[in-house]
Amino acid sequence: MDFTYTILIPLIPLAVFLILGINALKIKENVAGIVGVAGLLTSTILSYYTAFQYFFKVGKVDGVYQTFVEQTRWMNFTDTLHIDMGVLIDPISVMMLVVVSTISLMVHLYSRGYMHGDQGFTRFFAYLSLFSFSMYGLVLATNLFQIYIFWELVGVSSFLLIGYYYTKPSAVAASKKAFIVTRFADFGFLMGILMIGYYTGTFDFMSLNNPTALQDLTSPIMQHAGITFMGFSVITTALVLIFVGGAGKSAMFPLHIWLPDAMEGPTPVSALIHAATMVVAGVYLVARLFPMFYFVEGGIALEVVAYVGGFSSLIAAVIALTQHDIKRVLAFSTMSQIGYMMMALGISGYGDVEGLGFTASMFHLFTHAMFKALLFLGAGSVIHAVHSNVLQDMGGLRKYMPITNITFLIAALAIAGVPPFAGFFSKDEILAAAYESNQLLFWVEWVVAGLTAFYMFRLYFGIFWGKDTVYKHAPHESPLSMTLPLMFLAVISAIAGFVPFSQFISPDLVGYTTHIHMNIAAMSVGVGVLGIAIAWIMYKKESDIADRVSSAFGFLYQWTFKKFYIDELYLFITREIIFKRIAQPFAWFDKKVVDGTMNLIGNSTVDASKKIKGLQSGKVQDYAFAFVSGVVIIVMVFIYFMN
Amino acid sequence: MVVFAIASVTSRMILRSVVYLLFVLCAIAGFYFLIDYNYLAAIQLTVYAGGIIVLFIFSVLLIHHIESKLEVASLGRRILVGLASLVGAGLTLSVIWAHPFTVAENSARSTEVRDIGTGMLSYGDGGYILPFEVISILLLAAMIGAIIVAKGTRLTIKD
Amino acid sequence: MILGVSIYEILTVTTLLFFIGIYGFITRKNLISILLSVELILNAVAINFVVINKYLYPDMLQGVYFSVFIIAVAAAETALAISIIINLYRLVTSVEVKATETMKF
Repeated sequence: MDFTYTILIPLIPLAVFLILGINALKIKENVAGIVGVAGLLTSTILSYYTAFQYFFKVGKVDGVYQTFVEQTRWMNFTDTLHIDMGVLIDPISVMMLVVVSTISLMVHLYSRGYMHGDQGFTRFFAYLSLFSFSMYGLVLATNLFQIYIFWELVGVSSFLLIGYYYTKPSAVAASKKAFIVTRFADFGFLMGILMIGYYTGTFDFMSLNNPTALQDLTSPIMQHAGITFMGFSVITTALVLIFVGGAGKSAMFPLHIWLPDAMEGPTPVSALIHAATMVVAGVYLVARLFPMFYFVEGGIALEVVAYVGGFSSLIAAVIALTQHDIKRVLAFSTMSQIGYMMMALGISGYGDVEGLGFTASMFHLFTHAMFKALLFLGAGSVIHAVHSNVLQDMGGLRKYMPITNITFLIAALAIAGVPPFAGFFSKDEILAAAYESNQLLFWVEWVVAGLTAFYMFRLYFGIFWGKDTVYKHAPHESPLSMTLPLMFLAVISAIAGFVPFSQFISPDLVGYTTHIHMNIAAMSVGVGVLGIAIAWIMYKKESDIADRVSSAFGFLYQWTFKKFYIDELYLFITREIIFKRIAQPFAWFDKKVVDGTMNLIGNSTVDASKKIKGLQSGKVQDYAFAFVSGVVIIVMVFIYFMN
Repeated sequence: MVVFAIASVTSRMILRSVVYLLFVLCAIAGFYFLIDYNYLAAIQLTVYAGGIIVLFIFSVLLIHHIESKLEVASLGRRILVGLASLVGAGLTLSVIWAHPFTVAENSARSTEVRDIGTGMLSYGDGGYILPFEVISILLLAAMIGAIIVAKGTRLTIKD
Repeated sequence: MILGVSIYEILTVTTLLFFIGIYGFITRKNLISILLSVELILNAVAINFVVINKYLYPDMLQGVYFSVFIIAVAAAETALAISIIINLYRLVTSVEVKATETMKF
């Protein structure tokens, strides 16, 4: 089956980016919106068609999903080591195509309404298309280097979009922070890639992930897995470094500091990049390399993944309890849910039902993208109406914005894990997988589920119920261009749970069936309902219970509100230690020694030329002297040395 | 000869240099007489000593305050150039003295002016008619050039 | 040939005259003095021609002719040089070499 047409999926947004970007000042708002949406609609249709063909028609051979690869040689390092560019079609990449297309299309439609009247409208759509191109390329990557290239491209798009309001200093600072932190993580990623390339001799996913090669101890990969470096094998270290890159992009502790600040960007950007697609790139990377993570040295790297994910989700949920800015609450919620996905990958097994963690993680990625994007777009709708981000300024909006109210409620129920919405199914599968493998992480995630329900409904009640705020301008419902995506995503959040995901996605590419474990389901629903109930009591009506509770917690509340002072710690490290002790001496060296040498060369050349130009003195007598002495010397040479 | 030459070159007053040169030229004419080239000696005296020295004296009188002392070049320069000249002279002399010149024994025959004249105007081998004509054209050109240069700016055509 | 005087001695004299002329040419600061030195050089060369003709090839007269031509050319050249100097004197009222140094860096 020929899947080469999938190369069009990234190329169409690239073309749109070039067209809109080059003519940004000439194209009007309407045209830009239509061009952007049309391009992405085409890509979406192609993605859906690919998914349909792959999952239902030709993907399976004897019950095993085949991987289709089309690639061309791009660059050679040595005779055997080379970088290719191409497309790789396998279950998770097709699933990601569907996710990215859907969310991106919804965000494009939404932005036509949200960014209406903004001066940089065309620029915005150009950047959105650039991001879509980069994300598609990342998802369809066939080898480590291609994924790295698109990884960086996605980082650049994120930088451009976060700093979209470039006249605001906080936005500029936030975009720089995001780029620098992710770049720093990508340094680890690159080291990991290079180590794997050097020791195994290939970057290609198909060769690296070959399960027979990984289980056979004499294959090149496993041979190198025996070489130790500080107690771990080389391949494990490389995998951990690659995970560091993924952790940076997915905002895992301690590289999460950029995600709350990234909310400075416009809300559609937050929905697309920082909720649904870019931040899951790290999860996708680990999923892509899952066979390596699982088989090398008994899966030590995978344990690192699990614990980092678990810890991040806990700390994020705790911080989200206290934030005032609604987008920041959603940002920490994203970090927490991605921690869920990482943890689920970390505890996963390999064959048949044991691969439940992997399947559950991908399933949660899918559903989370839908309802988190919905939450962000809904928040954008609210911000658009109220012109403020802060929770305290809102309240009682259910009377003014019914559609936003209902869709937000559906999303909040989904994330809290209430059946029959999508979040219940995916979260239940994660908890079931955790229960089988690692009890500690299971209980941590169970607590996090409760916290999630609580803070999400704190948000919901705080915006739409709570106190009846009097607004300066009466807020009105958003236009259809904004509410249509909300409704579409709400429908998906409601019914996506019923998709039999494990038939499609599994680590060993063979489908299997799952069923609901009733006891675990009861526990997760129970803790979710408990969280909702507490939020109901504290926030549904205007009261001061919340204030009393927060003051009762005293300094713990202060710490959580300040996000555990991690930002301040980073600032201290960079300013005091890195800038003063390390960067300044280097800068001194560069200015005085390196520049000094160049200046010295230049100045000495000038001085030498000043001395030499005295030869052209214009005095005839000097020339005569030179003439005579030259003749004398030549005669001497002829007589005495040439005989 | 050499003494007068050195004096001419190093004297601080212009007129004295010219006069010393005159003495050198006269000495050279005397030398030609000794060699028995009378015609050449006569030419030397007439053209050089008579014409050119007079020309020099006229120009000196036109241009200079005769009584003012001339500047000389800096001492370092003089020493350097003197050294270079001495080296050159030494080199040339060493080459000359090392070369065996075969002096031809001649029959003390003196040359006639007639022979010189015939040779200068003859067409055949050893004839110098062509350089003679060229020299005359050269002198013509020199004359015209001198006139033009001396006339100055008034040579342009007035409208 | 002159009795008792060998060719070497005469050639020595002319060489010395030549190099004295060069010394004067490079050292003097007055344009007319430079011209005087040039005259010295030319004369030394003329004597050289004549001497070699008389001592080594007494049957031929080439040396004499060359010397005649040298004298003629030297005269013409001196005349022109004087006129140029006088012209220069009209422009800048100086006959120093310093005034002619304009074609430098």
